[in-house]
Amino acid sequence: MTAAGAGTGAQTGVDAGISAQELLGLYEQMAVIRGTEKAAHDLFLAGLVKGTTHLAAGHEAVAVGASAALRPDDYVFATYRGHHHAMARGASPTECLAELMSKGTGLCRAKGGSMHLTKASAGMLGSYAIVGAHLPLAAGAAWSARLRGSGQVAVAFFGDGATNIGAFHEALNLAAVWKLPVLFICENNLYMEYTPIGDVTAVANPAADRAAGYRLPAEIVDGNDVVLVRDAVARAADRARSGAGPTVLEAKTYRHFGHSRTDPASYRPAEEVEQWLSRDPLDLARARLGALGVPAESVAAADERVTRIVQEAVAEAKAAPGPDPAEALTDVWADGGSAWRT
Amino acid sequence: MADQADVITYREAVAEGIARELRRDPSVVCLGEDIGAAGGVFKTTQGLFAEFGKERIWDTPISEQAILGVAMGAAMTGMRPVAEIMFSDFFACCWDYLANEIPKMRYMTGGQVMVPLVVRTANGGGLGFGAQHSQAVENWALAIPGLKIAAPSTPADVIGLMAAAIRSDDPVVFFEHKGLFASKGPAAPEGHLVELGRAAVVREGSDVTLVGLAATVPLALAAAGRLAEDGISAEVVDLRCLVPLDMAAVLESVRRTSRLVIVEENPYQGGWGGTVASVVADEGFELLDAPVRRVAAACVPLPFAEVLEQQVIPTVDTVTAAVRALTAY
Repeated sequence: MTAAGAGTGAQTGVDAGISAQELLGLYEQMAVIRGTEKAAHDLFLAGLVKGTTHLAAGHEAVAVGASAALRPDDYVFATYRGHHHAMARGASPTECLAELMSKGTGLCRAKGGSMHLTKASAGMLGSYAIVGAHLPLAAGAAWSARLRGSGQVAVAFFGDGATNIGAFHEALNLAAVWKLPVLFICENNLYMEYTPIGDVTAVANPAADRAAGYRLPAEIVDGNDVVLVRDAVARAADRARSGAGPTVLEAKTYRHFGHSRTDPASYRPAEEVEQWLSRDPLDLARARLGALGVPAESVAAADERVTRIVQEAVAEAKAAPGPDPAEALTDVWADGGSAWRT
Repeated sequence: MADQADVITYREAVAEGIARELRRDPSVVCLGEDIGAAGGVFKTTQGLFAEFGKERIWDTPISEQAILGVAMGAAMTGMRPVAEIMFSDFFACCWDYLANEIPKMRYMTGGQVMVPLVVRTANGGGLGFGAQHSQAVENWALAIPGLKIAAPSTPADVIGLMAAAIRSDDPVVFFEHKGLFASKGPAAPEGHLVELGRAAVVREGSDVTLVGLAATVPLALAAAGRLAEDGISAEVVDLRCLVPLDMAAVLESVRRTSRLVIVEENPYQGGWGGTVASVVADEGFELLDAPVRRVAAACVPLPFAEVLEQQVIPTVDTVTAAVRALTAY
């Protein structure tokens, strides 16, 4: 149900129908992301990943469901919690882990790190670590698509915390006025860093309830159900491609790890954690696979493939060489260099 | 002296420079506040909407973050946006894009993405707009690796540098000086292009080098004219760009004159002249017969009244006084 206006986005009950084969593929993608995130966590604890990580375990259905509904040439902009979006758009676990581990074979040749995973060749146009900054960028990519008549759409994924920053509001207004083919998809995991989003936000649904202020349609979706996400994104993308403008989607989800690094997330009540873990996106997908008659052996075979993929990715990333130190002074300018004076 | 038909104002040169690129390249598109039918608050986009229409010239809300963010997203996906931030003071409203997003994208993705856009803005004092609409903030941009910076002083350079800026595959911040909009100069021939990072010696001299940028170039020229009456021969170098910074041209001039006065409108505190002076100290110390002097704005907010503003920003008097003190050294 696409609801025009605030606070009306009831959970969709539509089952658009998905083949067992497609769902098994989406399940496997989600499981690869989960396995890679767990590996990233372990590698961080082992001191092999420096700096910080913001793991997306628990958010897999948002990225994989959305990606399943998009065209290969559509644009995606993500946040510093963006490993799942990079992988959902086609980045390999190996090149993601290599980037996290400061390897020259990493997605960004070790110049970006966990917070800036980017795979431009797959339309994954970056992970942005200034909260909300990329919403106008997605609007700009959508504007470009419209000017070029390409039929592409752009998607900004952002957290609930981003809905309280100015760039969110500037982007929604301009995208609405210009009727841009852009989707604003909030991954509402209930916490802006360590603080419950409800404690610092004037409305109950931080993204969806704001949409009405810009006369944009909004939909609230179960962000842990990959099929429901896929269907909601498909509707919004169709709408955008038809020239009807942006849609705000608010996907309710939950992170399985803390905000970043080794945050134990002890600020979250145990009952709440337990309730959300019981709705793990992988479990929901498994239940759907069972309902579609997929035998348990097929799911087990997928799980085995995933384990192997992740193990190989960890081994390859560990074995990869570090960056050439000379790379520190390249890629500022389009000529490949960094000269600022004669 | 060119005849009237070949003379153009700096203000008209802005629109002409953009129009030439809009005609040449369909990926060029403009956005900003009041730039469409209104022609811009400084009339620097006059005529563009009439010639190119609403699919090329886009009016925006007062949303500086959206203006630069949208321009960046479009630049990353095949367009060459020319974004206007009405007053350079408003850079502070969208500083994230200038400091964190636009200049870093190419680098932090390991070269996967380019951001070919131009951010145009009206910069500087002299018009009595007070502390929040008069600052010279070119030094803000200079603090950020990853931005190219142009600041023309003549109508022909406006056109030539605009062509280079729009064709550049790197982001360029383009400072148009408010105090120069009404100034006139020879028109630029069709196809005129001034490469980014090439300073110009706009007056030759042998006793002292005056380095200026944008409005301080005519100021330095006026000072040089007055100094000539006293027998002091001043060479004037127009930097035209802060990045790339043509230090080779500055050092070459100092080699001839052995004295250097830097004339800058931004505050002494953190102004671009400090960078020029430090390179000369590093690499040209033996060329100098006297200390390097910087004539910069006082380190206060810009006051409103003209008589007060003149106390703060460089004037012909302060420049000539600095030169006289130096030649007597």
